[in-house]
Amino acid sequence: MYGNDFGPPEEAPGGGLLGEVEAAEAALREAAARQRRGAPASDDDLAGYFAEVIEADQKIEPRDWMPEKYRKTLIRQIAQHAHSEIIGMQPEGNWISRAPSLKRKAILLAKVQDEAGHGLYLYAAAETLGVSRDELVDLLLNGRQKYSSIFNYPTLTWADVGAIGWLVDGAAIVNQVPLCRCSYGPYARAMIRICKEESFHQRQGYEILHSLSHGTPAQKAMAQDAVNRWWYPSLAMFGPPDGESTHSAQSMAWKIKRFSNDELRQRFVDMCVQQAEVLGLTIPDPDLRWNEERQAYDFTQPDYDELMRVISGDGPCNRQRMAHRRRAHAEGAWVREAAAAYAAKRAAEKKEKVAA
Amino acid sequence: MSDPSPLWEVFVRARRGLSHTHVGSLHAPDAELALRNARDLYTRRQEGVSIWVVPAGAITASSPDEKDAFFDPAADKVYRHPTFYEVPDGVAHL
Amino acid sequence: MNGPFEFTLRLGDDALIAAQRLAEWTTRAPEMEEDIALANIALDQLGAARLLLTYAGELEGAGRDEDALAFLRDDREFRNCLLVELPNGDFAVTMAKLLFLSAYQLPLYTALAGGADERLVAIGAKARKESAYHLDHASLWVRRLGDGTEESHRRMQAAVDEIWPYTAELFAPDPGAPVDPSTLRPEFERVVTEVLAEATLTRPESGWAPAGGRDGLHTEHLSYLLAEMQVLHRAHPGARW
Repeated sequence: MYGNDFGPPEEAPGGGLLGEVEAAEAALREAAARQRRGAPASDDDLAGYFAEVIEADQKIEPRDWMPEKYRKTLIRQIAQHAHSEIIGMQPEGNWISRAPSLKRKAILLAKVQDEAGHGLYLYAAAETLGVSRDELVDLLLNGRQKYSSIFNYPTLTWADVGAIGWLVDGAAIVNQVPLCRCSYGPYARAMIRICKEESFHQRQGYEILHSLSHGTPAQKAMAQDAVNRWWYPSLAMFGPPDGESTHSAQSMAWKIKRFSNDELRQRFVDMCVQQAEVLGLTIPDPDLRWNEERQAYDFTQPDYDELMRVISGDGPCNRQRMAHRRRAHAEGAWVREAAAAYAAKRAAEKKEKVAA
Repeated sequence: MSDPSPLWEVFVRARRGLSHTHVGSLHAPDAELALRNARDLYTRRQEGVSIWVVPAGAITASSPDEKDAFFDPAADKVYRHPTFYEVPDGVAHL
Repeated sequence: MNGPFEFTLRLGDDALIAAQRLAEWTTRAPEMEEDIALANIALDQLGAARLLLTYAGELEGAGRDEDALAFLRDDREFRNCLLVELPNGDFAVTMAKLLFLSAYQLPLYTALAGGADERLVAIGAKARKESAYHLDHASLWVRRLGDGTEESHRRMQAAVDEIWPYTAELFAPDPGAPVDPSTLRPEFERVVTEVLAEATLTRPESGWAPAGGRDGLHTEHLSYLLAEMQVLHRAHPGARW
């Protein structure tokens, strides 16, 4: 559901996904330092200039001319990403009050808080494209913009918090790390910051599952059940198969995206197999096996009809998640109004003082 | 101010000896709340940092390098938050 | 007749129950920025609770760690004040609770930081900075709600009136304790009176003064709070997480 593209792992100096984030950041600085002609020569030159900047792997900045469709595509994608962070707080937030130790409670609370912060970074990045946060929030609340379908599944046990950290955050990171190289500057910078902060999210999920799978039989069963339920929805997070993906080609040309949904999905599967072995948990796919020829794992595709049903609103929790968000927004209205009224009074007083 | 929760630009001094650097933007009804929100969002409890918040509408920009954008609705507010300039090490939360 | 164990347990329970209540706001705050702020404050309270409960367990010497104290005691064994266990109510009620709690915790932790017990000195020194932030945050909102719109003023005054009686318990004299709470009252009064005045709110008259938390006699709310907090931990006795 996020945009996607990523640099090949061998380019990463630090190794691993965090290394790729650092490499993206270094590339951003390096590209910024390279000379290019300072501005379009004339109004006729705008599109050519835009294409040159993209071609040179430099960043488009808010005041630059850009094709209307580039702007629209980015607004849609960044907003959807922001909405996903905000709605995504709910399934995990569901377990803060019942976390089984004080340490786990603190970590989970900090993690969910981070997601709120990431949502705000992303709304601010979207705002640089000429849309206001209020408008975007309205689009979410009235259902005209979507969020990642994964958050429409319920968190039924504590192990689900672990599975979300390992699989859902894991899939999100595979999607997001490439966005650190996105051609739009504010989005790329936001993603660099977010990916750095998120490095602990996936680890905490993995650690939860590791503790459970090495705990009592009941705990291990809880962990396996969670993996069984979250595996295929996580695979579906990469979007429909390439043949059916609508936005891909143009996004790739604009360097908003560099790898296809299926490439990213394959990469995710290949990463997870060994991690599951260390956990001692089974990925619920009887046809999962190494393909020597492809140098990758063969695996069963997620149910894309189910994905479409969930996207269109018929997942287990769509209505609940939206109702929750709408309620919080509506119940907070009087507080926001009070803060605005207070600010207006203080501003008026200041004016009077100046006048007097 | 007609906007009940206008945009503020946030600048952070990460350590003594460094200048304030633009780190991003946020919404708040007034300066006091903007400062509070900036601390929570962009520094998450780091001690010893200095934060400035500036109403985005109060910034006048000279941008010889930037051609005016051709989209209408909020052209006057958008460029004012070229968000997410990298924060020097030590400010990023956690 | 309250030694350091009992005293430390009280403080730890105050912080733990306050954290549990504040964390309930996550995903529900009036504004997304406020979601982050409330989570920060909850994390501070939770952090203080962990330090205090760990130390309480050591003082007791019965082998109970922070989790044993948090998850394996029943409501009659909790020693928190009633104020922290009261439901969140609307945002005004939560801010009234936070204002009174932080105006009590700030001088308390400050006194601890200058005390004789090394561990409590360290905890007090850390927590007092956090309390100053909580007090600042609560004051900021009480002023805005009190002096905002008609509706917010009405709600904020109602919240102050509702929560005020529960502040009496915070200052019940305890001469034997490392810090006698009754000595904190003047500072609390000074701060709260000033904030309420700025917020155009009326300071309630003292009258009804519910108490009992320090002796394990709680409101009906605490048992529900604990049922939720403890359910998973208790469902798997002896498990590690």
